[in-house]
Amino acid sequence: MQDIINQYTNTIRVAAKCKSPLRIRGGGSKDFYGNNINENNCDILSVTAYTGIVDYDPTELVVTARSGTSLADLEAELQMHNQMLGFEPPHFGSDATLGGCVASGLSGPRRAYVGAVRDFVLGVRMLDGNGNDLHFGGQVMKNVAGYDISRLMTGSMGTLGLLLEISIKVLPIPPIELTLRMQMKEATAIEKMNQWAGRPLPISATCFYDNNLTLRLSGAESAVRAAHTKLGGELISDGLAFWNSIREQSHTFFQSGKSLWRLSIKSSVPPLILPGQQLIEWGGALRWFACGENVDADVNIIRSKSDLAGGNATLFRNNKKSVSVFHPPRSEMIKVYQRIKGKFDPAGIFNTGRMYREL
Amino acid sequence: MHPIELVNSLRVFLPPDSVLYETEDLRPYECDGLSAYRQIPMIVVIPRTEEEVIRILRICHASKTPVVARGAGTGLSGGALPHANGILLSLVKLKQILEIDPITRIARVQPGVRNLAISESAMAYGLYYAPDPSSQIACSIGGNIAENSGGVHCLKYGLTVHNILKLRVITIEGECLEIGGTSLDTPGYDLLALMTGSEGMLGIVTEIIVKLIPKPEKAQVVMAAFDDIQKACNAVANVIGAGIIPAGMEMMDKMATHAVEEYIHAGYNLEAEVVLLCESDGTAEEVMDEIQRINEIMKMSGAIDIRTSNNETERLKFWAGRKAAFPAAGRISPDYYCMDGTIPRKNLARVLGGIEKLSLEYGLRCMNVFHAGDGNLHPLILYDANRPGELKKTEEFGAKILEMCIQVGGTITGEHGVGIEKINQMCSQFKTSELELFHAVKSAFDPDGLLNPGKAVPSLRRCAEHGAMHVHRNEEKFPDLPRF
Ligand SMILES: Cc1cc2nc3c(=O)[nH]c(=O)nc-3n(C[C@H](O)[C@H](O)[C@H](O)COP(=O)(O)OP(=O)(O)OC[C@H]3O[C@@H](n4cnc5c(N)ncnc54)[C@H](O)[C@@H]3O)c2cc1C
Repeated sequence: MQDIINQYTNTIRVAAKCKSPLRIRGGGSKDFYGNNINENNCDILSVTAYTGIVDYDPTELVVTARSGTSLADLEAELQMHNQMLGFEPPHFGSDATLGGCVASGLSGPRRAYVGAVRDFVLGVRMLDGNGNDLHFGGQVMKNVAGYDISRLMTGSMGTLGLLLEISIKVLPIPPIELTLRMQMKEATAIEKMNQWAGRPLPISATCFYDNNLTLRLSGAESAVRAAHTKLGGELISDGLAFWNSIREQSHTFFQSGKSLWRLSIKSSVPPLILPGQQLIEWGGALRWFACGENVDADVNIIRSKSDLAGGNATLFRNNKKSVSVFHPPRSEMIKVYQRIKGKFDPAGIFNTGRMYREL
Repeated sequence: MHPIELVNSLRVFLPPDSVLYETEDLRPYECDGLSAYRQIPMIVVIPRTEEEVIRILRICHASKTPVVARGAGTGLSGGALPHANGILLSLVKLKQILEIDPITRIARVQPGVRNLAISESAMAYGLYYAPDPSSQIACSIGGNIAENSGGVHCLKYGLTVHNILKLRVITIEGECLEIGGTSLDTPGYDLLALMTGSEGMLGIVTEIIVKLIPKPEKAQVVMAAFDDIQKACNAVANVIGAGIIPAGMEMMDKMATHAVEEYIHAGYNLEAEVVLLCESDGTAEEVMDEIQRINEIMKMSGAIDIRTSNNETERLKFWAGRKAAFPAAGRISPDYYCMDGTIPRKNLARVLGGIEKLSLEYGLRCMNVFHAGDGNLHPLILYDANRPGELKKTEEFGAKILEMCIQVGGTITGEHGVGIEKINQMCSQFKTSELELFHAVKSAFDPDGLLNPGKAVPSLRRCAEHGAMHVHRNEEKFPDLPRF
């Protein structure tokens, strides 16, 4: 495996010397995500060859794997030991790799109740823009030696370096899960989801769509049954398939082909009035809008509404007019990002522009 | 700038009791919770508003004056140790809880607010702030951010980094950064995580939004006693292997239970070599199930005595013993030195055995109380600072423990931070290129190195002079540190 790392190091050093940009790529399942990078100007640095689990001892609740490891394989291995990735990452295709999952920082339906990718990442091994092979964090739950580079790398869209290995905290699979559905209006659903989150209930996912609130309960059988009695609602038999369709965006809502906006906002904000259809997740904290053709006209409205709602808006899919995919940060933040990027990647070769044009 | 000039420029906008410079006024600030290190600062400044913090930092930046932030001063690694030619910036007067939003389950607070005060004011809504360091009645939330503090419940509920949403941070240039938001995520680099645990090296935190979570309906704790440390360690692995994430999983050795029992009467089994406290919380049904399973696992793992708290008074009594462990050490020894390494749990018995050997070698007693669930050790080395040479011996003993932690794949600090105390061991845990990247990150925020200079990340020169060798993870020592 060291020879593969040596190859990556070489590629990076050569690219840095010529200042020629590299596009880091795992399985390519998240190619759609982020700003367009002009493919013709970039060499692709593929990490699919660097695969395998490096260390996994279920009683430690930690797995360390190489970044090219298939997410599906990794999850299958965990499942054999009755464990899982708590943040329920979307794969968006069978080619998804662990590296892509961590670099994109995307979490699934369980996120609001259990935590995000960044909450579970414990350590990384990476190559920076000078080709240095670096370790940060580790395999232990608590570690405050040095700055938290592992979490800084998480969600950085490959703009800071190449992830080689990642250590992640894993969780036991809950003994049982039930999916309930109840009919209600959007405003009521938002209120209810926030109220319930303030009570000790074993809720592990929520989704509001088409005047239906669907929720998942996870945990010990007795607790889940008791919560069902308290909350009421109709029991859904194909819960697994439903949550998978939300996680993987195969649900009809996501299939419209329209511009898909992801608004990550304060969970208690009352219904947002925006053009297009809506699906809500994460107890109200994540609101998806599938908007019509006129993206340019919508962008400003959507972004200012999400600012007011204490959050941000990402043009997640189908960016037809080339607007900035990610919510533009304030100018002082861009300056800080630029300085950080400059330290990790002085030649500016890694995934340039994919997150923000300035990076 | 001359100290007098500096004082004058601060007095322009601060009242006299916010700018201290007489030695007798400075004395209370000479150390934090790690009192072996002391230093009188040049000036202590105690701002009352964020605006004042900004003005102070602008002056420091312009005059190239070092600034050390200080919360409640309970830190255990000398992070708030003053700089002889610098300003000690005390944030105690920024102590307002600005907003509690029970619907969104968040609290907006100033950095000087005490950790426990947040939970106290959220209690009326059935909510609380989860991270609960043993020092929670005293320590500030700003200090918690700077150290990424944990507590006995962090295996299940996470550390500080998992329980905050937003920070306002003032840079050394006096610019205000708003990091994070009231949403669950923000695009861009995760500066929220970068700031957490950064020990006042990157900026001054002036406002925090923390998450509040619902108080569990019920909590119960099992006290299991073992006649053998390996059996107790196996019990920890068995609980987790069974798919249980306990709300807390703490271990105390015989010296600790005896020290505590004499003073708190927690009801621990005193025959046992080790006592485990394992807590379950959640809905009543969940807890009943889990407690039964924990009992079975403890029995199967060879516990000689198992007791379950039957009511809240009993539960708190079991915990009172654990929470009083540090003061109890103070009762049986003139001084104690608290270490903070974290190791993969599978190596617990091995490392505890190693500590015992070192204890004999150094002729110093060492008592162990720690967060067994997440492998975070707190060996307390008992010593007497008045005996010549004993502090030095203690520090050597401590350093050996930390190197052992690195060797088994762990880290030199789980929650207390590097500060000034573990600065040399950083040279063992990280190689040159890694330390260089830390310095680069620091310089992205503070190019002149004015914020808390000399802490958290050692200079490469220091590592070379210290002669420390980078200890490779899971390997024997390996000298790859270049000399300068
Ligand atoms: C008896 C005892 C028990 C303890 N138990 C635990 C425990 O269980 N878990 C645990 O994690 N810790 C524990 N600690 C350690 C300590 O309480 C924590 O590290 C705590 O977070 C420090 O908070 P403080 O307000 O006292 O910070 P201080 O000691 O004042 O400062 C700590 C660091 O934070 C920086 N800082 C402070 N405020 C700010 C700010 N606003 N902006 C930027 N930087 C700032 C300082 O420069 C310094 O580097 C314990 C300490 C004692 C004495």
